[in-house]
Amino acid sequence: MAFAPLVAQISGADQISFGEAISAGFAYGLAAIGPGIGIGYLVGQSVQAMARQPEAAGMVRTTMFLGIAFTEALALIGFVVFVLLKFA
Amino acid sequence: MSATTPAHLAPPAPAMVTRLDGPAVEQQVASDMLRRALPVAPVVIALCAIPWGLAGAASSAYAVVIVLANFALAAALLSWSARISLGLLMGAALFGYLIRLGLMAVAVIAVHNMSWFMAWPLGLTLIATHLGLLVWELKFVSASLAFPGLKPRPEARPAPLARPARKD
Repeated sequence: MAFAPLVAQISGADQISFGEAISAGFAYGLAAIGPGIGIGYLVGQSVQAMARQPEAAGMVRTTMFLGIAFTEALALIGFVVFVLLKFA
Repeated sequence: MSATTPAHLAPPAPAMVTRLDGPAVEQQVASDMLRRALPVAPVVIALCAIPWGLAGAASSAYAVVIVLANFALAAALLSWSARISLGLLMGAALFGYLIRLGLMAVAVIAVHNMSWFMAWPLGLTLIATHLGLLVWELKFVSASLAFPGLKPRPEARPAPLARPARKD
């Protein structure tokens, strides 16, 4: 493990705060991956739909905007976990 | 495309040069959400003030501002990029997501040492406001060919044709 020598140098309460910082970073980073893939797929399909049917672009853009916002809520949950782990 | 080729078989327009000049529907939806959030925000802040006091209310208010700014920034970025090209729209959506996540983290980290900062009311308000506003907004979105953004307001709808008076 890459962190093992680093953790061995830290003792007591510092180890707990080290663990909290690492967990918070992972929570935020991992939580952003899924929505990133989701938004990429969503926007890609929307762009394809708009390129094929420009007359429906307004409709597609509205749906896309709401879809992005809903997908982003997942990342927001990860962000809140990060905030709670780090600052609560 | 020949006149006989069905639309679904026609090759798509080139994404890098195709631009969308229609109404900025994202901004319509986002500004409507902002308008609806204004009367609800004091209620959410007051709810957070009950268990956490003034600090909780301040943190909750900060979270509401973050959520509204996030929606406004997303809408502005998408509307601006759609007027240039579809390719830029794709890039703006993806990199905008990363940028907005980063800005949110910076906004919270910048104030975490303040005396009024509380993580729980901030976090709960972030999620509740974001999802609540979105779900509420679904009720007012039309997303049809006639009205691509919001549903028309009742006064904007055409009045029904009046029947001619009967002459008996």
